[in-house]
Amino acid sequence: MTTSPAAKAAGPCAGQIWLFSSIGKKTVVAATGILLVAFVVGHLLGNLTIFLGPDALNSYAAKLHSLGPALWAIRAALLGILVAHIYFTMLLWKENHAARPQKYIASNPVGTTVFARTMRLSGLIVLAFVIFHLAHFTVRVVDPSFATMTTTLDGHKVHDVYRMVVTGFSNGPVVLVYVVGLFLLTFHLSHGIGSLFQTLGITNRRIRRTYEIGGRALAWALYAGYISIPVSIFFFGLGKGAIQ
Amino acid sequence: MKFHLKVWRQKDPKSPGRLEDYEADNIPADASFLEMLDIVNAGLTGKNIEPIQFESDCREGICGNCSLTINGVPHGPGRGTTCQLYMRKFRDGDTITIEPFRADPFPVQRDLVVNRAAFDRIIQAGGFISERSGSAPDANSVPIPKTTADEAMDAAACIGCGACAAACPNGSAMLFVSAKVAHLGLLPQGKPEKDRRVLGMVRQMDQEGFGNCSNYYACEAVCPANVPAAFIARMNREFTAASAKEMAGLPV
Amino acid sequence: MTLDSKIPAGPLERKWTDYKNNAKLVSPANKRKFELIVVGSGLAGASAAATLAEQGYKVKCFCYQDSPRRAHSIAAQGGINAAKNYQNDGDSVYRLFYDTIKGGDFRSREANVHRLAEVSVDIIDQCVAQGVPFAREYGGLLANRSFGGAQVSRTFYARGQTGQQLLLGAYSGLSHQIALGAVKMFPRTEMLDLVLVDGHAKGIVVRDLNTGEITSHAGDAVLLCTGGYGNVFYLSTNARGCNVSATYRAHKRGALFANPCFTQIHPTCIPVGGDYQSKLTLMSESLRNDGRIWVPKRKEDCGKDPSSIPEADRDYFLERKYPSYGNLAPRDISSRSAKEACDEGRGVGPGGLGVYLDFAEAIGRLGRKTIEERYGNLFEMYENITGENAYERPMRIYPAVHYTMGGLWVDYNLMSNIPGLHVLGEANFSDHGANRLGASALMQGLADGYFVIPYTLGGYLTTQFGKKTDPSHPAFESTVREVKSRVQSLLDIKGTRTVDHFHRTLGLIMWDYCGMARSREGLTGAIEKIQKLRAEFWSDLRLLGGSAGINMELERAGRVADFLEFGELMCLDALVRDESCGGHFRTEHQTPEGEALRNDQDFSFVSAWKYEGEGKTPTLVKEPLAYEQVKLSTRSYK
Repeated sequence: MTTSPAAKAAGPCAGQIWLFSSIGKKTVVAATGILLVAFVVGHLLGNLTIFLGPDALNSYAAKLHSLGPALWAIRAALLGILVAHIYFTMLLWKENHAARPQKYIASNPVGTTVFARTMRLSGLIVLAFVIFHLAHFTVRVVDPSFATMTTTLDGHKVHDVYRMVVTGFSNGPVVLVYVVGLFLLTFHLSHGIGSLFQTLGITNRRIRRTYEIGGRALAWALYAGYISIPVSIFFFGLGKGAIQ
Repeated sequence: MKFHLKVWRQKDPKSPGRLEDYEADNIPADASFLEMLDIVNAGLTGKNIEPIQFESDCREGICGNCSLTINGVPHGPGRGTTCQLYMRKFRDGDTITIEPFRADPFPVQRDLVVNRAAFDRIIQAGGFISERSGSAPDANSVPIPKTTADEAMDAAACIGCGACAAACPNGSAMLFVSAKVAHLGLLPQGKPEKDRRVLGMVRQMDQEGFGNCSNYYACEAVCPANVPAAFIARMNREFTAASAKEMAGLPV
Repeated sequence: MTLDSKIPAGPLERKWTDYKNNAKLVSPANKRKFELIVVGSGLAGASAAATLAEQGYKVKCFCYQDSPRRAHSIAAQGGINAAKNYQNDGDSVYRLFYDTIKGGDFRSREANVHRLAEVSVDIIDQCVAQGVPFAREYGGLLANRSFGGAQVSRTFYARGQTGQQLLLGAYSGLSHQIALGAVKMFPRTEMLDLVLVDGHAKGIVVRDLNTGEITSHAGDAVLLCTGGYGNVFYLSTNARGCNVSATYRAHKRGALFANPCFTQIHPTCIPVGGDYQSKLTLMSESLRNDGRIWVPKRKEDCGKDPSSIPEADRDYFLERKYPSYGNLAPRDISSRSAKEACDEGRGVGPGGLGVYLDFAEAIGRLGRKTIEERYGNLFEMYENITGENAYERPMRIYPAVHYTMGGLWVDYNLMSNIPGLHVLGEANFSDHGANRLGASALMQGLADGYFVIPYTLGGYLTTQFGKKTDPSHPAFESTVREVKSRVQSLLDIKGTRTVDHFHRTLGLIMWDYCGMARSREGLTGAIEKIQKLRAEFWSDLRLLGGSAGINMELERAGRVADFLEFGELMCLDALVRDESCGGHFRTEHQTPEGEALRNDQDFSFVSAWKYEGEGKTPTLVKEPLAYEQVKLSTRSYK
């Protein structure tokens, strides 16, 4: 009888073969994508506490910091997820480029959306934005004064995140960077969220459209949520009084 | 009608190619795109220019042999194959650019003719049900729900033309492969070899150098057989499940 | 020369069983010593190659297409017959046998047709096991529909793509064997000649259509599964590449060509639009299940919008002339009736060459959704080609050449008169007589490949132990030399006319004089015209490019050169068959009502033609048709 084609190709490690197959790599990108989306959602929910006043945000931030090593573990995991997301995407890019070295002279994209076609560009810009964002509010090198802002909460001295955010978003160019950066993230997620159901194989032809629309709606809802903070601060003076 | 054509000419697989300009005059609106090229070729022969080499056979949209990228779209505007494209779909005086199907695993043989043997090799890697002539039980011994049979037929309708891979910016053949995986995987007859099939076919597809799926859905948009991209999701699922079995050391 | 059809003795229904019980077998150890050459990868070729490889033979399979999956069997739409009697409507092997013999107007062999009906049931089982997604009922069992020439529902189908699905089934089996190394596949490789060693078929000469290289391959037997020659008419429902070359080359090497004039005109095709047209598109005959065919009663109404013509002014001519079969009358009868209506000036559409196929009544009865489910893709295809919506306006149809019943003569073993040369599927003449019933071509191709040749080939091979040959034999070298010089001579003509010009001109001659109606005078004239055209071809053909690399005009030129000789043979056969039968209608022989008038007294035989050399008239060899079971009757579908 025949030997299984699978058995022939299997070699020493089936897991590795799966991981570096076209579908395996895509699955990694999609699975890390889910985790990153989950982070983006959680991060937003935390950030929205700003609308509940300085104490709410600061106590949320303090709680996160009190996690200590666990926080660092989460950060490391997030970084790892992001690196995997980017690394496997790069592998895919390289192969995809090799599979279609010659473009059509009369180029005419059909069936695709602008979100899908700009995934690489939007991804790169989002990466740059994330680096800026970390430098801005986490490492606080954009404005070193952020690091020294403190306040008292329940008798403890804590970092005054509220003041930092309000001060940070009072700066026009910074707000513009956030509005644009987050817009690109939305672009990225507009294709990404709906698409990961397809990649992970948890869709069918009837439900796919719903996922796509739902994914896009979630992406834009996240956008609305995120930019509500800089927009409220910059244009509507949110928190200006509280930090006087 | 009258058209200005820009046609990819390439002497052989190794030579570089380029677009050449030709005029197509006196073309009946009811002529098919390929009949338009027949008329142009007769004119070229008259002028001692070697006719444009392009593939076609059944000219009724089922054999999957015709393979032209027209104005950047495999099989041109509208659904269906190139042979089922009629000149009345164009405007008089249009400039039409004709290129071969592009994907690295589809090397250009000459002019607009490409080699799609990679698809045959993918089928050979598992796109079948192992059975022996004469060994089958009665055809009605295994009832198959109508909806299952219909869905299998939707997948089986693939004509193997390669437009999916040619339309994909990544040169991915996922729609083609997933159609066969779905067709056979849906039917009870195909279940025993389900895992081996999907593992074998996907690995062969990767080995041929086809790109990865980015869920652009350009494949679905140009597919003359209306094969839906949902079959790709199904294949992703089947492949990962079969790989998991393999990783766990279970027989596949 | 006498022909031995090698029909087994015994009662008709026992012949095949007895044959199988007594057939010579090749042991598994010996099977792998035999190398078989299969030319063509359609239903017959792919199924034969896959099955023989499964059994242990080494197989080489050749096709001119870029993939075996593209053979023209793929275009068959309607369905495949089988005497399963799943409908409990009175079908049986005998009925399928009888319908096929009668449909063929009593010009086919009883024993072959009975065998075909017997194995038909196995084919459906085989295809379902392969994963062919036949249409099903809600209960999960197979669905059937009725088809022309039958009063039972015995046709299995997969939407309007039955041929595609059956071919893909055979192709998947073939692919499996290729993967196992049991079949070596040669796509884009065209057979240009047959090699004979000591009078046996032992190899072929082929041209690699990508590189232009001409080589030879040796084998212990050669199986031609190369389809029909409908493209001799230029416009037909065949694919562009379909050709007679393989069988005609074999004919020139001594194989007898049987009944070349038996061609089938299919009644439901989209009418011709203009002289630019490169092919005719068939609309599945299954449409006749629900569509009603009519023309206006009065010539004056032909230009009118069909919906404005009242019922009373319509002539549903098939229902009127053949009340019991109505719109499901056999193909030849339906085609001829349409032609008659158009000849009377009552045709519709451009040039008055068309009749209406009307679904209004069926849509009213079953609802648009059901019609869409049954024929949706055909309606779409019709609209794409003609720009008309057939849900709202009746389709226009006209007959077109579709299938050729004639082919190389074979005996009961499917072997031609050249030992070792076997011919399967449409390429042989054996099962359809003077007319083929709908949904029987797929049945025959698969029967030959899956269930007949695997049993009948052994008889020849067991005589061939130790007779292996290889391409170093002088016969191979000389045949290769001849082929090369013929290819070069085509390139050397350097005239002014294109290949298509000659092909189209030949097609018109054939359609006008050897098409739906034929006469002594017309055929005699046609032979002269073809001879003249052939001389012109060899002096005025313009072929550009060389023999190296892809040159599709050169491929076509070789095929048209063969058609130019073969067309003459067809006309000669039509001329000699001085009777009307099935698809062969001689205007001199018709009943007062215009029906075909058979002459069983003088023409109950197979015409097998022997090639006698360039410019010489072929010799007619007759194989008398003896009917033991069936009583010859006048075919009546009234």
